[in-house]
Amino acid sequence: MAKYTPPVQSKLGQIIDVIVLLALSIGSLYIPLIYGLSGSAKVTTVVENPTWESLGQNEAMVKQWNALGFTDPAAAHDLITTRFDYSFSWLNLAFMAVVLIGYFFMLIKLSDKEYREVISEKFER
Amino acid sequence: MADTSEKVGLLRVLGPAHVWALGVGIVLVGEYMGWNFGVGKGGAYAALIACWFAGILYTCVAMIDSEVTSTVAAAGGQYTQANHIVGALMAFNVGLYLVFAYTMLEAANAWTVGFLVQTVGGLAGHEGTLNDDPFIVLSIMFLAWLNYRGVLATLTFNLVITAFAFVAIILLFLMTAPFTAPDLMQHAELMSGQAALPYGWLGILAAMHFGLWYYLGIEGTTQAAEEVRSPARSLPFGTLAGIMTLVIAATLTWFVCVGLMPWEYLGTAGTPLFDAARLSGSSFLVWLLGIGTLFATLASANGCINDASRAWFSMGRDRYLPSWFGAVHPKYRTPYRAIIFLVPIALLFALKLPLDQIITFSILSGLLGYTFMPLNMIMFRRKWPLDTIKRGYVHPFHPIPAILLLALCAVTYFAVFLGYGTQLVAMVGFYVVASLWFHFWRYRFVNRGAQFTMPWPKPKGY
Repeated sequence: MAKYTPPVQSKLGQIIDVIVLLALSIGSLYIPLIYGLSGSAKVTTVVENPTWESLGQNEAMVKQWNALGFTDPAAAHDLITTRFDYSFSWLNLAFMAVVLIGYFFMLIKLSDKEYREVISEKFER
Repeated sequence: MADTSEKVGLLRVLGPAHVWALGVGIVLVGEYMGWNFGVGKGGAYAALIACWFAGILYTCVAMIDSEVTSTVAAAGGQYTQANHIVGALMAFNVGLYLVFAYTMLEAANAWTVGFLVQTVGGLAGHEGTLNDDPFIVLSIMFLAWLNYRGVLATLTFNLVITAFAFVAIILLFLMTAPFTAPDLMQHAELMSGQAALPYGWLGILAAMHFGLWYYLGIEGTTQAAEEVRSPARSLPFGTLAGIMTLVIAATLTWFVCVGLMPWEYLGTAGTPLFDAARLSGSSFLVWLLGIGTLFATLASANGCINDASRAWFSMGRDRYLPSWFGAVHPKYRTPYRAIIFLVPIALLFALKLPLDQIITFSILSGLLGYTFMPLNMIMFRRKWPLDTIKRGYVHPFHPIPAILLLALCAVTYFAVFLGYGTQLVAMVGFYVVASLWFHFWRYRFVNRGAQFTMPWPKPKGY
């Protein structure tokens, strides 16, 4: 196989590539988190006029909450009553599995195509 | 047959103890912050079980990575392995995994520094909430400047401050353990009733998400393959000794923290070991763990800037990214453009996002990298069977570690899916689009033949 000579990229092209990468990482990772489109799934159960007892805390727990600076149960309310929401649909789980498996399948297939070019140039010249 | 035992390059001066110190130094910060989010996802017992299962996952990682890295003699770690064994697109992705895992860890470290200063400010009597932004910016900028100027001295200093942080954990345990302070810890009371397993068995699976945080980055030990005197002995021995050390340190950390804090608090705490020291009633321990937290985070952030910038630099040098990033500073001999470029990205995430979500990005990038490893291992053995090239180390029981690692990765993806599913899809979506961009656009600028530098025979099947 003939040796492949890559084109030289212009400075403007390099700048555009950097902007694309930045936009991609910020657009897909940062902005969805800032706008709450992704991130942790939690729910808070409101307890009216919370007491340590109504929040399910025993004597030893109350002592440690106090030592940590939470002398008022209301201040610890959100920490105690906010829980992860682990309910999920099997369809969502299947979607996630397809995305992950599809991603690695794509990586291996496209990489193999590129790898054959590399091996060909390395060993058949 | 190619002989890979004769390598030209870096000096072979490191022994198993250095490999051990390198691994523990990178990872120890995981004991100081982040691991406790596993308690939030499943409760105290779930976090401990996740810690041990994650230890098994990392043992598989160490076995597999020791064989490949002790054979692929070129610098660059997993990125170079992917180039030689799977192909350019996989290498591009592995490079990105490294950059994002380390950059997000750096952001998490800076976040913790800011939070620690804020907490100490409150304890010192500061009215209201201290603005932590200047401390986050300062720590990242300062460490980036150190890296810009050269890292030899700072990495040496890293070892000293990591040792301090490790000793601080041991002292915390010794001074709070039941044999020295019989009434201090209250495991039975704090873990009674619904506090034992608040989410049931599903919580144990979910906790595996942050179980990785105890060890994330230990695989970096194998990056020193070129500088190790006897890779066949030092790499697996040093890395596995590092994992065992971390399992012990993690178990001690867990034992102290869950015996002192209600799980609902511990599951969201920014600096759990510092909080444990506060609850011990010893001002000596408060100072010790405060300084230990600061040292562990700064040492880790420093190493992260070093590693992320070198991965970005390598991709620039190989034209996987614009070649402008492949420049070395004429005076300091550092990849200064890569160092500067990654600073605003780390700042952006550290200043605006919650710690658990920053850590999740780091864990996800690491997890994708661990999923690559068994695939890489299977391809490596198929393309170059044991009798075709000389390996520095041959890991036993192949393919059991590869299959076990894949299975544990699958469990961890499910764990992340529980509670952070949208973030998982966003991250994989990012890598899919970046991969398409690379394959259909960027790859044209890559020099094909230069991607394979090892003196190996042609791989089987090609």
